[in-house]
Amino acid sequence: MIARDAASEAVRPADVRKASAFAAGSSDEFIVLAHGGGGELTQRLIQEHVLPDLANPILAPLTDGAVMEPIDGEIVFTTDSYVVTPIEFPGGDIGRLAVCGTVNDLAVMGAEPVAIGLSLIIEEGLPLRTFDRVMASIVATAAEVPVRIVTGDTKVIERRSGDGLLINTAGIGRRRRGTVIGLERIEPGDAILINGTIADHGLTVMSTRHGIEFDSELRSDAAPLYGLIHTVMASGVDVHFMRDATRGGLAGVLADICEGRGVTAVVEESRIPMTSTSRHAAEMLGLDPLTVANEGKVVLVVAQSHVEQALACLRGHPFGRRAEVIGTISDAQSPLAELVTRIGGRRIIPRPYGEDLPRIC
Amino acid sequence: MSATIGLLRDELAACCERIDRPLQLMEVCGTHTVSLFRSGVRSLLPASLRMVSGPGCPVCVTAQRHIDAAIELAQRDGVLIATYGDMLRVPGRAGSLERLRALGARVLVVNSARTALQAAREDRGTDVVFLAVGFETTAPATAAVLLEAERGGDENFSVLTSHKRVVPAMLALLTAGEVPLDGFLCPGHVSVIIGAEAYRPIVERHRKPCVVAGFEPEQMMRGILALARQVESGRAALENVYRGVVSDDGNRVAQALMRRVFVAADTPWRALGTLRESGLDLSPAYRRFDAMRRFGVHVGEDVDDPECRCGEVIQGKVEPAECPLFATRCTPLTPIGPCMVSSEGTCAAWHRFERGARSRRAARFPQEVLR
Repeated sequence: MIARDAASEAVRPADVRKASAFAAGSSDEFIVLAHGGGGELTQRLIQEHVLPDLANPILAPLTDGAVMEPIDGEIVFTTDSYVVTPIEFPGGDIGRLAVCGTVNDLAVMGAEPVAIGLSLIIEEGLPLRTFDRVMASIVATAAEVPVRIVTGDTKVIERRSGDGLLINTAGIGRRRRGTVIGLERIEPGDAILINGTIADHGLTVMSTRHGIEFDSELRSDAAPLYGLIHTVMASGVDVHFMRDATRGGLAGVLADICEGRGVTAVVEESRIPMTSTSRHAAEMLGLDPLTVANEGKVVLVVAQSHVEQALACLRGHPFGRRAEVIGTISDAQSPLAELVTRIGGRRIIPRPYGEDLPRIC
Repeated sequence: MSATIGLLRDELAACCERIDRPLQLMEVCGTHTVSLFRSGVRSLLPASLRMVSGPGCPVCVTAQRHIDAAIELAQRDGVLIATYGDMLRVPGRAGSLERLRALGARVLVVNSARTALQAAREDRGTDVVFLAVGFETTAPATAAVLLEAERGGDENFSVLTSHKRVVPAMLALLTAGEVPLDGFLCPGHVSVIIGAEAYRPIVERHRKPCVVAGFEPEQMMRGILALARQVESGRAALENVYRGVVSDDGNRVAQALMRRVFVAADTPWRALGTLRESGLDLSPAYRRFDAMRRFGVHVGEDVDDPECRCGEVIQGKVEPAECPLFATRCTPLTPIGPCMVSSEGTCAAWHRFERGARSRRAARFPQEVLR
């Protein structure tokens, strides 16, 4: 739990940070192991760097567990961990990723996010300023949804790879009883939609990591998609299946669909939205954009009769302006995703294997 | 389908029909292999035209002994191996660099030779060894960085070099004569450096059509069509459909850099053996940057898995599916040969794009009918 020993102290205003009098050049600038020791430094870290922005009535008492009002409907529960190098990149940071990832996992299940639990595992040496920026980003992203962060924990570990910060989250969502969204509802003839450009996140992180710059800026697409998905569902569109296209990219979701339901998915390359910068970056790094991670993209499978309505809903939302119908589900000869390429050729879209390795030349 | 692609496809189909016999062309470069699959060009080619992959994937042609040397170095105290990502998973006798890294060895994936030098400059207490692999595409960058290291007195920087030259390998394939080939789709990237004229000996000595092409689908289609037309008219000429990017003479600055730092040397290739003047060794003035010398690495003989047919794959003798290990013991997750490791490797490309066997051309198109 977030330092319950500190429960007796009232939450202090954010400006206390500036007045804090840690020893110069050490723990007032960097996280040190003692910040995780449960003592004075831990208290200060929580009180001065975590709580000021995050506080809400459920979190504020700093009890061992969050006590929440009863939930009306089905409870959807999810957990996820966030490990990214570097922890800050154009378009987001690990904090935004953590909130978006948790919210999106709930949203694609058809649930409304209710609460998030947040565990921070900090490497010693992380600049406090960086920590503050990540916390601010967590708060801002949670407010954007909106969702409350109701419980949490911090630990400090010895310096390892130097990534600085790892986050584990849990999320609770509420879903209407009887909601059925799943692979089993996918039928031949259904349309496959995506809410915008692919590969932006993975390419941004990779090129930041490798110090590669492009003419126009690459930006992560990290975004909380609950609002977008809610708009679609509330409009009455019969969504058969949804999944956020994170690790493994669009290709990973298509493989899930084909293998999980035993159908063929035929996708048209020319209809998959992509920025020209991302296209260029993928080419340069030798990566297949279909397999590159997204953090603000959802693949939807809907009945043909609902396509226009779904598309209109998606495009009417800021996170869906570039939504497209990218393909259809057909009867399977074999459960494989197939790509009709830009030039009209055909090829298989394979499930990606794991870490993508930038190529030599 | 764009009108141009459609037109090229139809012309190619008509041309192949007129030729009236199976045609076998080699794309030398790994990037071509992958682009042909990824763009769907392969699915547009007539059934009588077969594209085979050549020895143009830098990881795939790197001899086992170089991988083993890298792995030996990675296990030494105070050494950091800086490598292009593709080399990470290539299995040596004692495992791969990826495995060693998981066990605590210091292995840094870099995108350029310069990043490797930077790593050396940031940590003077560490010996940074850069795995200098690749054809004439990456060799100039290695050369430039060695000049920089010389100027900067970066004594904690060295290279394990196994740079290769593409044309000697093509000539060796033709001399061996074991693979019937009607022509070469010549690599775009390498040709930017060496120039289209570098392929002249192949055309003149061996009477094989050579066409330099880029990597866009239309480029590749044009290249293949140009080759087919040469075959149809019984010509063997050097053509370049990548003008504007590839000149006749190549990049002279890069060539001068290579000449300054490297000398042509007889070099071992995976499965092809040692080929005359097919590689680039450090010239005497730069030998002090040679990691092999500096660390006294002993490289043994090459030991490949007896069942692995990578060697034949990179010579276009067999298609990946003909290897008993393909997609059984050897997969991208458990690669046995380098052709399965590199993103540009023929086996990896096949595993990615041809599994599920939409076009099992190997079955309908046996080698015997060729020539």
